[in-house]
Amino acid sequence: MSEDLKKYDKSLLQDLLKTMMRIRRFEEKAAQAYGLRKFGGFCHLYIGQEAVAAGSVAAVNLENDYIITAYRDHGHALAVGMSPDTVMAELFGRIDGCSRGKGGSMHLFDADKHFYGGHGIVGAHIPLAAGMALKIKYHEEPGVVLCFFGDGAIHQGSFHETLNMASVWKLPVVYICENNHYGMGTDFRRVSSQPQLYKMADSYRMAGREVNGMDALEVYDNVVEAASQVRQDNVPALIEMKTYRYQGHSMSDPAKYRTKDEVAEYKNQDPIVILKDRMTEAGLLDEQEYKKLDNEMKNAAKDSVEFAEKSKRPELKTMFEDVFA
Amino acid sequence: MPKIAFREALRQAMDEEMQRDENVLLMGEEVAQYNGAYKVSRGLWDKYGDKRVIDTPITEEGFTGIGIGAAMAGLRPIVEWMTFNFSIQALDQIINNAAKMRYMSGGQFSLPIVFRGPNGPAEWLSCQHSQAIASIYAHVPGLKVVSPCTPYDAKGLLKTAIRDDNPVIFMEAELLYGLEGEVPEDEYLIGFGEADIKRSGEDLTIISFGKVVHMALKAAKALEQDDIDAEVIDLRSIKPLDEDTIVKSVSKTGRCIVVDESWPFASVGSHVAWLVGNRCFDMLDAPVELVSSEDIPMPYEHTLELAAQPTQDKIFSAVEKVLYLN
Repeated sequence: MSEDLKKYDKSLLQDLLKTMMRIRRFEEKAAQAYGLRKFGGFCHLYIGQEAVAAGSVAAVNLENDYIITAYRDHGHALAVGMSPDTVMAELFGRIDGCSRGKGGSMHLFDADKHFYGGHGIVGAHIPLAAGMALKIKYHEEPGVVLCFFGDGAIHQGSFHETLNMASVWKLPVVYICENNHYGMGTDFRRVSSQPQLYKMADSYRMAGREVNGMDALEVYDNVVEAASQVRQDNVPALIEMKTYRYQGHSMSDPAKYRTKDEVAEYKNQDPIVILKDRMTEAGLLDEQEYKKLDNEMKNAAKDSVEFAEKSKRPELKTMFEDVFA
Repeated sequence: MPKIAFREALRQAMDEEMQRDENVLLMGEEVAQYNGAYKVSRGLWDKYGDKRVIDTPITEEGFTGIGIGAAMAGLRPIVEWMTFNFSIQALDQIINNAAKMRYMSGGQFSLPIVFRGPNGPAEWLSCQHSQAIASIYAHVPGLKVVSPCTPYDAKGLLKTAIRDDNPVIFMEAELLYGLEGEVPEDEYLIGFGEADIKRSGEDLTIISFGKVVHMALKAAKALEQDDIDAEVIDLRSIKPLDEDTIVKSVSKTGRCIVVDESWPFASVGSHVAWLVGNRCFDMLDAPVELVSSEDIPMPYEHTLELAAQPTQDKIFSAVEKVLYLN
């Protein structure tokens, strides 16, 4: 098992682990702050799915490449390198939040980091990704777009309309379906005529692949491969990441539609533990280093709450700003 | 000054802007190889090729969204809907994405995109293909809404729309595409929020926009025989709205009729009528009248179809009311 880690740079492995831990600790703090009513609204936690954002984002170069995702976006925002402070401040609706308190949990953006959101209507951002890819192709740039969405979005018309056009127009997009098994409370197997979601790629003459989304390295390898194929062959691709969220759909969902056994089974394949164990086995990490890293991430999350609390609420006059350019 | 058709004025606007800025592209159903369902894009594909004039499949939500994503990333797309009736399929993209992206990102993105195509009643088409839906778009913050009624205005406003860094809903009337008018050869732009007094008068103000401006002008002409001197204001841009020109005119005439071919409830027309009531209350000599389409889906048969819309007779009867002629 440890042998196969040799093909990776140590720094990549450390980054993947660190990113997943940063997301995990951040989300725990966010949940706590939400519980204390420091902020409200919908709050969709990413705990359990960290390997998907961490592994995918590490596989691209955001100088040229772009990321867009749906409303469960805290993980992707942190994975692209946005500071926990600015993300937490946005959850709190404060002026130092990345969207100046106008977007909130579901609408995190960082244009400079090529992170194009943070979108709250299920499936409605799927065509936007193709539009971003159209711009890449139009200017003959080397980039690809990674477009994340859940299993709930794959049945939307926007998905089918867009994958058809993206294929015909040969647009550089990797569509990444994070199949966490439930579209809100609905098991995807109850509502998907094709339960192997990646096979939908066949209908649009593009490559589809299924990936264990609990394994950051498997995610990383597959996104590297898919992105390079997209760049080389000028065809989009679809990846189904099999993953799992430990919490309910949002903070208001007790997730009673799942059995305890099922949740326990997935917690046994925790993405952080999987990578940690492999790195430990390979002698690349010891318990002390791990603890140190974990404390670092815990502190960063704690600091982000302090930062958010200290940041001012937006002045009333700002409500009229940024309607038009 | 050369006289050209409304559709040619639109074509010239797109051609000139595509030539000026390589980021401008046109996409939509039949815009390229077919030269446009209404021939507005005639010749553009020959000139600019597949890269910049893109035929799409019939999937309004999808290609509208692709246009919006392209605009976020820095292109300046013109998205043509074969008619605004089909834009309803893309409403989620327009309202939830185009109109709000800048705002919900805290000002990080510009959305330089134009959505255009024919809007409003045509003939013998029944309810799904014959409706005026400016009010729906005008309702949404983050969108600019424009509706020209002459070739001159069409060209000047479309060029402005293409250069605007915001989403612009550009509504053309299907029955105006063949209308001819003078258009200068030299470049010109018409700013948004500048209403045009299409006919000046002293006795009452008729406020309108789009195709029905011509009906208002015809009615004003006919009223001359009875020594009634009507001023006709063409709003041209609905959002932003030129409130000053409206207030100034009604302050002068003291009487006002609003003519809008959309349905009456919560419409551009009802908003303008409210605005006049609110801002010109002390100057008004009569309540403001609204002439609109009836509150029904469009019937198919031509007599019913015409009667469901604003007519000259409906305008005359509104004139009688505001002048207390009966």
